[in-house]
Amino acid sequence: MKKVLPLIVLVCLIILPFIGLSSYLVHIVILVITYSMIGMGWNLLGGYCGQVSFGHAAFFGVGAYTAGILYSKLGLSAWWGILVSVPVVGAFSLVIGFICLRLRGPYFALATLAMGEVLRVTSENLVKFTGGDVGILLRERTWVQKTWYYYIILLLAVGAFLLIKRTIESKFGYYFVSIREDQDAAESLGIDTTFYKTIALCLSGILTGIAGAFYTNYMGYIDPKVVFSLHDISIVTIMVVMVGGVATYWGPAIGAMIMVLLAELIRSNPGLGAAHQTLFGILLIFIIIFLPNGIAGDYRKVLRLFRAKKVSVAR
Amino acid sequence: MAIQVELFLQTLIAGILLGGLYALIGIGMTLIMGVMKIINLAHGELMMVAMYIAYWLFTLLHLDPYLSLFVAMPALFFFGVALQKYLINPVLKVDSILPENQVILTVGIAMVLANLATIFFTSNYRSTPVDYATKAFYLTDFWKNAPIELSLSFSWTLSFLMAVIITIALWFFLTRTDTGKSIRATAQDLDAALLMGVNVGKMRVATFGIGCALVGAAGCLFLPIYYLFPSLGGQFTLIAFVITILGGLGSTVGAIIGGVILGIFESMTATYLGMGWAPVGRFLIFVAALIFLPGGVASLLRKQKFGK
Repeated sequence: MKKVLPLIVLVCLIILPFIGLSSYLVHIVILVITYSMIGMGWNLLGGYCGQVSFGHAAFFGVGAYTAGILYSKLGLSAWWGILVSVPVVGAFSLVIGFICLRLRGPYFALATLAMGEVLRVTSENLVKFTGGDVGILLRERTWVQKTWYYYIILLLAVGAFLLIKRTIESKFGYYFVSIREDQDAAESLGIDTTFYKTIALCLSGILTGIAGAFYTNYMGYIDPKVVFSLHDISIVTIMVVMVGGVATYWGPAIGAMIMVLLAELIRSNPGLGAAHQTLFGILLIFIIIFLPNGIAGDYRKVLRLFRAKKVSVAR
Repeated sequence: MAIQVELFLQTLIAGILLGGLYALIGIGMTLIMGVMKIINLAHGELMMVAMYIAYWLFTLLHLDPYLSLFVAMPALFFFGVALQKYLINPVLKVDSILPENQVILTVGIAMVLANLATIFFTSNYRSTPVDYATKAFYLTDFWKNAPIELSLSFSWTLSFLMAVIITIALWFFLTRTDTGKSIRATAQDLDAALLMGVNVGKMRVATFGIGCALVGAAGCLFLPIYYLFPSLGGQFTLIAFVITILGGLGSTVGAIIGGVILGIFESMTATYLGMGWAPVGRFLIFVAALIFLPGGVASLLRKQKFGK
């Protein structure tokens, strides 16, 4: 069962556009896959390596702007951004790693948060290069139909999933987990912790950056407030992984599904729309107190909860 | 030339005044960090709450923002105690993969606070139109033939002086009273403090409350000279964090020095590079501190003490 399940999910996802979903539903599915890709990136660094980042919007935004600037300044197709963002975001992650990985735990978290904010301010002020608050608009969309976008992001996300699975099952995975559990002990066993943390950061950043470059192509418009958003990217990414399950393969996907659907439900309800941050915040607090390892991590707890309910109903 | 000097001195004064207020925000965070080993990412949002308390006291009861200090500080103290008792303490006991859960919890608290403020008070910019807002001291008032002209805003100066008084009071509390000493002992070595009979759990709750009260005080002092909107918390949380890194983690004296450095640096960038760049300047000094002075100002002070 365990071996067949990923294949079944994949086949279902491939035939999904043929069952006649409306364009809005396809859009939701694309958002879910994009967020699960960012979540997988975050999970590699935060879940497995234990370095909680509050600034994944930095990588996302740099990827998105790589695509945008290739289009607006060099006149290339923004799709090149997906390829070009790999070295650009990789180099950028090295710089961030050099600065932030000197810090541990919560201090690292806040340093990355500062990084994301600074990039937002910088891109707002570098008007000549990024277009400032006006942002970058792609004048023509590649396809009107969403089907091709769907397959592209699916391909990217499946690639990311396989890459992470391979990495975690190799010796790198064991190094990452040992750093998470006890950095000093890992160091004393001869693991070059800074080096491996940097690798985790680069991989995580690149995956997020590719998602960002795809976002530019898909949405056709970016501006600093959207792509470097602290609440809508960085914190939602953390929530995706926390809700879904920290350090699990499927957690980010489950979390992205719940978060995106929840966000759409809340936003489409006029009475609740203004309060969506409050509801997200309460959900976050609830998850941390009752399911600290997320739905995929604590699924036994969740199952027990449901079973207990059934028993009480039977009585 | 005289104009250049004037501009520079004026910027310097503005920076020091701002720095005094920043220090107050930073001390609150550094205290919590020292005792509880967690970063309170809702710090700026708690300041926002205090500012709204002071704002409504002013609008409804015409209470001066400086007097509302005596309402907002206790209110924030009890709010902080409640947060610590009912949300943060339960999470400390929960077993999870990520140790940073408490930090993420404070993010959740911050989101709820900022969003509730938007819902209840709308996202309009507000300010308290006090009648002394435009009052100022001028150098020429005291020294008739001064070659340059400097001005000192009345409300800025008052806020700065209040911040200094609160800081001194805190210093007396931490060094001269039993509770203060117990808090410092808990920050230095939790287990040793426990063995010496300090009620560590109680100290944690008290520290969180005091940290919140301090940032609440800073909010009241900021209100007459700044404006108020629900999402202002985030930027002050960052400022508090930069100050604690600059000053050295968990060091109170470091936080004061860090606050003043940041204030001066920020007003310099605002004058010479433009307002929009001030947050970048904030960050540059943060990166520079991380690379060249990872222990913060506190490590320099320590070297001075033990160097000989």
